[in-house]
Order: sequence, then C-alpha cells, then structure tokens
Amino acid sequence: MVGGDGPAAGGGEGDRDPRVGDDAGEPEAGRDGPAARASAAQADEVDRVDDEGAGATAVRPLLPPTTADKVTAGVFIAAAVAGLALLVVYVRGGNPQAEGVLLAIVLGGIGIGLVRWSHEMVGPEPAVEERPPLESAAARRREFITTLEESSRPVSRRRLLLASVTAAGLSLLAALLLPIRSLGPSPGRALFRTSWRNGRRMVTAGGQAVAAEDLRRGNVLTVFPEGHEQDEDAATLLIRVDPEDLELPADRMEWAPEGLVAYSKICTHVGCPVGLYRESTHELVCPCHQSTFNVLRGAEPVFGPATRPLPQLPIAVDDDGYVVATGDYPEPTGPGFWNWGT
Amino acid sequence: MLLRRLLGWLDDRVGGARFGSKALEKVFPNHWTFLLGEIALYCFVILVLTGVYLTFFFEPSTREVVYDGDYAPLQGVEMSAAYASSLAISFEVRAGLVMRQMHHWAALLFVASMSVHLMRVFFTGAFRRPRELNWIIGLTLLVLGIGNGFFGYSLLDDLLSGTGVRVAYATALSIPLIGPDLAFAVFGGEFPDESIIPRFYTLHVLILPAIIGLLVAVHLALVWRQRHTQYPGGPRREDNVVGIRAWPGFAMKAAGLMFVTSAVVAALGGLAQINPIWTYGPFRSTEAVAAVTSASQPDWYMGWIDGALRLFPGWETRIGGYMIPNPFYPGVLLPTLAFGVLYLWPWIEARYRKDREPHNLLERPRDAPLRTAIGAAGLAGFVVLFFAGSNDVIAGAFELGPESVTNAFRVLFVVAPLVTFFVTRKICRDLQRSGAKPLQGLPHHRIVREGEELVSLPAEAAPTEEVEHPVP
Repeated sequence: MVGGDGPAAGGGEGDRDPRVGDDAGEPEAGRDGPAARASAAQADEVDRVDDEGAGATAVRPLLPPTTADKVTAGVFIAAAVAGLALLVVYVRGGNPQAEGVLLAIVLGGIGIGLVRWSHEMVGPEPAVEERPPLESAAARRREFITTLEESSRPVSRRRLLLASVTAAGLSLLAALLLPIRSLGPSPGRALFRTSWRNGRRMVTAGGQAVAAEDLRRGNVLTVFPEGHEQDEDAATLLIRVDPEDLELPADRMEWAPEGLVAYSKICTHVGCPVGLYRESTHELVCPCHQSTFNVLRGAEPVFGPATRPLPQLPIAVDDDGYVVATGDYPEPTGPGFWNWGT
Repeated sequence: MLLRRLLGWLDDRVGGARFGSKALEKVFPNHWTFLLGEIALYCFVILVLTGVYLTFFFEPSTREVVYDGDYAPLQGVEMSAAYASSLAISFEVRAGLVMRQMHHWAALLFVASMSVHLMRVFFTGAFRRPRELNWIIGLTLLVLGIGNGFFGYSLLDDLLSGTGVRVAYATALSIPLIGPDLAFAVFGGEFPDESIIPRFYTLHVLILPAIIGLLVAVHLALVWRQRHTQYPGGPRREDNVVGIRAWPGFAMKAAGLMFVTSAVVAALGGLAQINPIWTYGPFRSTEAVAAVTSASQPDWYMGWIDGALRLFPGWETRIGGYMIPNPFYPGVLLPTLAFGVLYLWPWIEARYRKDREPHNLLERPRDAPLRTAIGAAGLAGFVVLFFAGSNDVIAGAFELGPESVTNAFRVLFVVAPLVTFFVTRKICRDLQRSGAKPLQGLPHHRIVREGEELVSLPAEAAPTEEVEHPVP
C-alpha cells in the first residue's frame, strides 16, 4: 500500500471525499475535508470493510450537491434537452446537420458529465496493487506438463490409430479446400482476349457506330466493339492524329488508316481507364497513377509506373466509312500478370 | 435491494463473487497515452452500431436499376442496386446520411487511433516481454481494420471506390505464380465481376467484424491478465500497478470517454461531409469507363500504398514468357515487408539488445535511441508515400508538372527517412545527456523520471514526489 504522503490531498476544491462520506453513512464526516482523515490508503481499507456493514443499514443519507456537482448536473441536463430536441428534429422530417450536432451534444454531455463525475470517484491518492508474476510456480508447471504427457501416453502410443486419424484429417482438409476452386473460374485465356474481332465495328458507349469522318484531328473517342459495349477489357481510345507525325513500328503502319489510331483504354499499370489526353504533346495520361503514353509512338510509356505500351488495336475503315477492327489486340490488355507472355 | 437479489441469484448459479471483488479493485495505470487504444475500441463499437443500422437499408447487389430517387441529377441513370440503395440511405432514409457519415468517420478514426496506439506501444517499448502476443494481436487488428475499411467503402459501388477495387484486383493479379488464380477466386472472375459486391458485403459485415470482435476480446483479456504497463517514476515499480481502481473511477471515466468519442464522431457525421458518392457517379456503367476520371484518392489508410504505386518507377521483371508486374513491388512486397518487420519487431529488438527480461515499466523514446530513430524513419517514409498519393492534386494546386512532383517525392522517399533517422537519434542522445525534462501535460499527469538504469542523470534530478492523480 502506498504511504500517506499525498501532497495533493489537501488541495481538493470539492470539499469532501464522496467515497468515505458515502460509506460512513454520514455526510458530516465526509465534509471535514480529506486532510482531516487518515491517509487515503487507510480510507481504502476502511471502505471495503465498511461496505459489508453499510449495506445492512438500509437508509443512507444523500450528499448535498457541491458547486462541481451542479455544473456536472447542468451538463447532463443539457444532454437531456438536446436529446429531446433531436427527437423533434427527427419527427419533423430530419436534417443531417441538426441531427449530428444534437446527437453530439447528447453524447458529449453524457461523456463530459461522466468524466467530471469520475474525478470525484478517484481518491487523492493513487491506488496501488501488487503485480504478481505471470508465470506459474515451477513445480506447478512441471506437474501440469507431466500430467499432460502421462495422460496422453495412451494416445501417443497407438501408432496405427494416430497415423490413420492423421490421414483422415488431412484428407478432410483437402476435401474442404476443394470448394475454394468454385470461387472463380479458372483464368484460362480470359485475360488474353477481348471481344474485338476482324470486321467488328466500333461503337460509342451509347451504341452509336463510329464513322471515320466523325473524328477530326486531335479528337479522342472511347469506343467498344459493336454488341459488346459491356466488355470493359475492350474499351478502346480512337484518336485522330496527323499521319505525318506517326512513328509506329513498320509492321503497324497499316493499323492507322487516315491517321486514326486505336489503343486500349485500360492502363497497363493497374487497369484504370486512361482518361486524359494532352493534345499538345500527344500524350495519354492515366488519372490514377499518372502513367503517360506517347500516342504517336505506339503509346509507349514515357513517364510513371506503367512499363508496357497500351496495346494497339488493328483497325480499318470499311466501305461505308465506319471504323472496324481487323482483329483482336495482339497482346493482353490491362495490368500485367504472371503468365502474360505465354 | 433488487441488485442484491439479482447478484445473489447469479452467484448461486455461476459463482464469481471472488472474481467480482477482485475486478472492482483492479488498478489501471492512468495516462492520456493509454486512452488511444480505448478510443479505437469505442470506434469499433460505433462502427458496429451504425453499421447494423445501415445494413437494414443497403442492398449488396449489382442488379441493374434505373435511378428514380430524390437526387435529381442522377434520375434516369442506370446503376447497381448497391449504389442506388447507398443514395437512398443518403437522401431518403431519415437519419440515414448521418449514420452513413458517422460510420465512415468512425472507420477513419478506428484505423487512425489504432495506428497512433501502435506508435505509443512501439515508441515506449510496451511490446517487450511479456506482451509480444498482444503486439501480434494488435497488429492483426490494424491489418483487419484497414482491410475491412477497404471492403466497406468498396461496397457503395461508386466510381471512386470502384477504381480502388480495380487497383486491388490488379495488385492481386500481380502476385507471381498464383496471381491470376487468386484474383479470379477472390473477385469471382475477370474484373469487374458481379460477385464482388455481395462477397465484400459478407466479409465486411460478418467475417471480418467477427474476427475483429474476437481479437479485441482476447487483446483486452490479455491486458487484464498481464496488467497494464506504466511509466517509470514515483511509486511505480516493475512489480506494482499504480493508478485508479476499476470501479467506479476507471469504469466511469472509460464510459465517459466512449461517449465523448461518439460525440466527436456524431459531430463529424453531421457537419463534415465524407465520401459524397452522388458526386462521383455510379461505377458499373459503360459511361463510367468512357468518363474522364479526375484525381482519385483512397481513404487515408490506403494512401501510402497508392503513393507507393505512383512513385515506383516503371520497372517489371520478365523471366522468359513470365512476368512479375510492376504493381507487385509497391503494392504487395512493400506492405508485406513493412508489416513483416513490425510483426517481428519484439524479437528483432530482443535479439539486438540482448534483453529478454520481462518489462512492465515503459521506456521513454529517448532512452531507446535506435528504436526511436528507426520508428521515426519508418514514419517519415509513410508520410512521404501518403502525400505522394496526392501527387496529382499537389501538382495541380502548385501548378507544377506532375513529373517533377513525382520525381521530388521519389527523392524524398529515400532522403527523408535517412535524415529523420540521424536527426532523431541525435535528438534522443542529446536529450539523454542534457537530462531535460519531458514535456509536461496537465500538472496531475506529469511524467517523472527515475532510476540510473534509464538515463545517466544528475542524482538530484530524480524527483520522488508523486503527482499522478487528479484532485477531486
């Protein structure tokens, strides 16, 4: 127990110790001020002994409120009023701001009141208790381990039973793991393909077929394969640039009729739609992580975390003037994955 | 009288009066830094209460609907039932918006208070023997809290959170060998699959909260069993606990703190708009893919990973036809390493300091300069990554090129932790030498130094008076 050297004991501005007063069943005793009483440590002892006896005498006089009590009570009352006001606000149709503020006042009032009140519950002296060692006594520990080992002997000696039950357990585990396979289809080649096919027209998100003449130089349009507007992988950017400026690999020059180039809109970094086009520098920028791709040079990444160009879609303009794909993307669109190059 | 009869009835049947008496008298050390974990606990309580309310109105489905609710700008727009019901909670359910915003704010505060609590435990060495187990549980709670926060805000199926799920999918896809199978199993197939929302819903409202609740119980039971650590000084020794008794002082104070925490969350929920999904628009629509996405930032606790994704240079590994894609390094490897070091820290430190003794007295950060410096360096790296997650916003606000901002952050990510390490270590050592007093809080919460084994101080600098307690 702590010694009675508490320097703060006499400094209490509330002039009573509720604990002692309460348990002594006599408010007068409590109002003498803490200094008049024995040390708090003793008071603690007395408290607990007294509790038994005090309960037997049924009537306990209430404590007259102190100034601090009155403030605390005021806080509680404010909370109560705010609660009623919240009810009114709700019934009259509700208002998020008023609801939040009033709820905050109810909760905050109760909280602040409780914290204020708790200060009175704490004596002037800190409570102290021993911290017994966590570990068991050595003999007790030995005894437990020995008992466990000895009582387990009938289990551990049955080699055949142990082996067979282990086998059964393992096979159960394997059987239980199996349904995980049902969580998703096997990836197969799904990540390698989109729904672009030779001759499939480009349409806008709204299903409108795209004619070559719809785009002027510098224009960008998000397009999908006709009839597959929901296929996200297939989202494609159709851009018209000056054919003179294009620096595509030689085998891809045919893929850009009249300066129209089509690149996958799904970023090769983590798959965000590449939604920004800087016309002045002919760069596509992904808004998620700022990967930047040069449109004129086959959408090569020029900045940011993306490592691979946006795949280019081979396209042509059909006899009616509409833009069509001449095949699927030559490589997987979107973010990379383990067997990407297989 | 009623209470006596009730307790008597209970004790007749299950006993426990002895435990009850001991419980009432249990002493809890008293310091404001010990309240951080409590705040996290209360945030969890608020999350469960507001969350249950939200489940009554939320429809976890990607079923396509045409919006005809109160929010005029979106009327007639095709969207998922999940998004539509989130709009209904925000605009039509009375008190729904306050509940939704309180839930979101409580989630942000939940992770924040756990993080600050973690820092307190780290920097004061509270994780040392015998509390390694609770360190592990606490870290797991942080991971689960972050995960559940992510699942939660993904449920609304708005354009912003959908982008977040897309990033998560690509990150799962990037794991070598198992990536594609794992991503398809978790997300139900190629992104964006219909099953994502209902799956995340089950995880978010059932599985993860159940695990979190269970671990919280174990975490608290261990604190109860092992008793709380305390700062050295005054009458506080390794073999005692100095503070306030569980009943009524501690219980009432704790209940008060719970209400005050809830009040702050309620005020935020009412006054501070959070995640205004109606301005983002629905995720599941062709228009969404066609739309230009503007700057997108995740909730704060995912910011550092998003920042790492932005900063990591355009590297990837090719092995024949196989590939370790770029997002694997910042998105999987970095968090795994960061949390791996944290998980192992008690053992790393015990080995380095050759200290395997039990500790119930905390260390001041200056008294473990190396640990403090390493922790501060880690925090510096975290802060740089966090702000790097807003490189586009910063570039816009200061009218700088996004490239130069990103490059500056790349340099900072290397330099800031190094500088922080050496500066922190020097400050710690200087403080130790100078014997300067620690920052003092309220007079009755002063931390007092003691003991030659902690610091080499002038002998008279070890005050003995005890001023721990509030005056009634």
